Amino acid sequence: MTTLSDRDAARTHGVLATTRYLPRLRLERSAVLAQHQWMAPGLRGLAKGRRSIAAWDEDVVTMAVEAGRQLVRALPGCSPAAVTLASTSLPFADRQNAAIAAAAVGVPADAATRDVGSSARAALGELIAALRQPAAGAHLLLVAERRVARPASTQEMIFGDGAAGAVVGQGDALATHVASATSHADFVDHFREAGHLHDYGWEERWVRDEGYLKLATAALARCLAEGGVAAADIAHFVMPAPLPRVNEAVARKLGVPPSAVAGTAHEDGGDLGSAQSLAMLDSTLRAAAPGALILVGAFGSGCDALLLRRTGVPCPGGVPGAGKAETSYMKYLSFSGQIDLEWGMRAEMDNKTALTAAWREHGRMARFEGGRCGACGTVQFPKTGVCVNPGCRAAGTQQAVSLADMPARVLSHTSDFLAYTPHPPFQFGHVDFEGGGRVLMEFADTDVGELQVGLPLRMVYRVKEYDRHRGFRRYFWKATPVRGND
Amino acid sequence: MASGIRDKVAILGMGCSRFGERWDTDADGLMLEAFSEAAADAGVQASQLQAAWLGVCLEENNIGKTAGPLANALRLPRIAATRVENACATGTEALRGAAYAVAAGAYDIVLAMGVEKLKDTGYGGLPVRTRGVANDLWLPNSTAPGAFAQLASAYAARHRVDTKDLKRAMARISVKSHANAALNPKAHLRNTITEEDVLKAATIAAPLGLYDCCGVSDGAACAILTTPEIARAMHPDREVVTIKALEVSVSNGEEQSFSGPTAWDGAGIRTAREAGARAYAAAGVTEPRRQIHMAEVHDCFSITEAVLMEDLGFAAEGRVIHEVLEGTFDRGGALPVQPDGGLKCFGHPIGASGLRMVYEIWLQLHGRAGARQLAHVDRGLTHNLGGHPHQNVCAVSIVGRLGA
Repeated sequence: MTTLSDRDAARTHGVLATTRYLPRLRLERSAVLAQHQWMAPGLRGLAKGRRSIAAWDEDVVTMAVEAGRQLVRALPGCSPAAVTLASTSLPFADRQNAAIAAAAVGVPADAATRDVGSSARAALGELIAALRQPAAGAHLLLVAERRVARPASTQEMIFGDGAAGAVVGQGDALATHVASATSHADFVDHFREAGHLHDYGWEERWVRDEGYLKLATAALARCLAEGGVAAADIAHFVMPAPLPRVNEAVARKLGVPPSAVAGTAHEDGGDLGSAQSLAMLDSTLRAAAPGALILVGAFGSGCDALLLRRTGVPCPGGVPGAGKAETSYMKYLSFSGQIDLEWGMRAEMDNKTALTAAWREHGRMARFEGGRCGACGTVQFPKTGVCVNPGCRAAGTQQAVSLADMPARVLSHTSDFLAYTPHPPFQFGHVDFEGGGRVLMEFADTDVGELQVGLPLRMVYRVKEYDRHRGFRRYFWKATPVRGND
Repeated sequence: MASGIRDKVAILGMGCSRFGERWDTDADGLMLEAFSEAAADAGVQASQLQAAWLGVCLEENNIGKTAGPLANALRLPRIAATRVENACATGTEALRGAAYAVAAGAYDIVLAMGVEKLKDTGYGGLPVRTRGVANDLWLPNSTAPGAFAQLASAYAARHRVDTKDLKRAMARISVKSHANAALNPKAHLRNTITEEDVLKAATIAAPLGLYDCCGVSDGAACAILTTPEIARAMHPDREVVTIKALEVSVSNGEEQSFSGPTAWDGAGIRTAREAGARAYAAAGVTEPRRQIHMAEVHDCFSITEAVLMEDLGFAAEGRVIHEVLEGTFDRGGALPVQPDGGLKCFGHPIGASGLRMVYEIWLQLHGRAGARQLAHVDRGLTHNLGGHPHQNVCAVSIVGRLGA
């Protein structure tokens, strides 16, 4: 492989943008410990900070969509030719998750989409492949994880829910490929059989000694050798490690300076599984100086290693906010489907989806498309045959227009304690969009007492309903308050 | 040129079952209870009916989709019978079908029946149900209190009033309806309450608490209609009561979808204004506050009654809080509203409510309202609302003495 000087980096093939997304709720680990310390006092050592938890209406697809929307916003004019969604916790085994996400992000229908998964290195492997094989058009790589750990397990403390993403293609690259290496090995540090909720793992000391220090280290060393780069010149070493102090040991063995070891953000969110390598890379790129060499590793059934060189191009887009502290462990258990609470008969409604109607309205559902009247310009939702403007009423004039990225405000609202929702109260109201359009909408991630007439809103793509009888879920857009810090 | 139905249709008799949690009876029993009273009142038998309209909204609950259950329950003589449904305005829709048939000269004696058997769901509130396969994809999983609670936030913002003041007026509305229903032996909720009870009750959908919500009840109500001439001939000693106007207005999607310059402000019911204005014109009412002597409006929630007072011209824009607190709509006030306890306390068996409202005017006009009899009633108004503030059916009727 050729290496590129900083001078050549602009308008070349490389990483054009990265991002990470964390759900708003952050469960205090002390609240987890409080429930388990009677039988698992050893968790105390991990009970620091907060872990991110998906709200009841967030899954791998919705979190990937948020990451994807952040990337598309960061790169105006970028129209991906390929979308890959990586995860070990995809909601659908057969219904392409990437196709759901791509449609919601607004990626053209002729883009190539695929799901990948099965290991914590799934996303890094995809990033390497995209960097090694320049293709026509940008590649949108999304990765998200919502793993459910058994209560009182170490994983429950360590895991976080969240997403990350990257765009690879020709342009103002933030980082370029220097070298990469891979290895596969059926080294089973943990596993989760298809259809099972929880991981089963082996002794940590063995995972460290035989896994990270031998298998991972070997792949990382080969990557450095391929790049002709001395370990001592690595400015940032990025590798998810669910075990404490493993990265320091790997760095020492490789000869990477201890100061280069990137933090894992354990106290701010937790380990995002297959999304963690890209999430850490996103943080690192934002901190790295032009010319810095970044070594990225991901371990799981082998190891992927990637050596990047940072350019001088600034990183577009923002970073996740501080979120909102959550202290209810029971809420987490319920959101993650690990406890069956009494929701009353109102929760018994059959949410079967008419797939014919869902396809007929897929623009409305996926892209929040309403109609803009060609005669008077009125934006309306839903798109209909006759214009809703009483001064117009033109028929057959409406063109599809997406409300997904339109700013909006509350016209009226309530917090409804009667309606069934997995997170009472059910908050909804009329929402007016800037530039036109009014929709009766559910509010997501909204605190009781926060709603008021005129409150600024933005739209998020969420699970609208679960059909537990048939194992289906449908998605739609919800409104959430625009806040400064999260 | 259409001439409307003013004074073309007379009420021959009316009946209303006891409303409430009628664990003891099904919809057939409720219909028979209402009809027996109406038949005796009118002096007719089922065999004399020439056509019938059955209003029932949630037919999934026990009654089925046709008018067959009415024909079976009363053993009607194989006459034409039609089932109608227009959400919570269904009862008025049944009355409208029957009244227009008489006004058209097609029949002499007809029946309008409304019934609902709600208390077989196993939980409080209205039954949870689908809004249709396409709507379910995007419409929020809202409840009726949630949808009507929207009015409160928008009204407070629109008129720049403190939500606490609005909430106090809403409490006063419920206190008034409980006081009226305490005097009504057929009412579902007959206990009296205080403003403090209302304000301290559990929140259902903010700012609506338990006492801001109407009763979910079982019940039936019906009217036997005829021409004024036949009414006079059959009951020469009784004053003839006629329908002055019967107007319906249905939302066309503007409220929920249009945000342009003339958009709905969310603080009232547009169709109520439309149906009310048409009804006033048809009945020759130019000053509703003075010419309407009592009103039974669709007080599914206290806030609904509040905004309707302005929508129907009973209070000036932005003034309802003051009018309510001054007692204008109390039983002894300038314009008594819900003298029978309203949906709030008489109860709300959906298909029956529109006819139950007319039943109270009928009793008041004949001086048969017992302890809640009003001093002076020549003309009363019913307002029956189906759906939610942003998408609904409003039916307004005006009923009064012939010649009034």
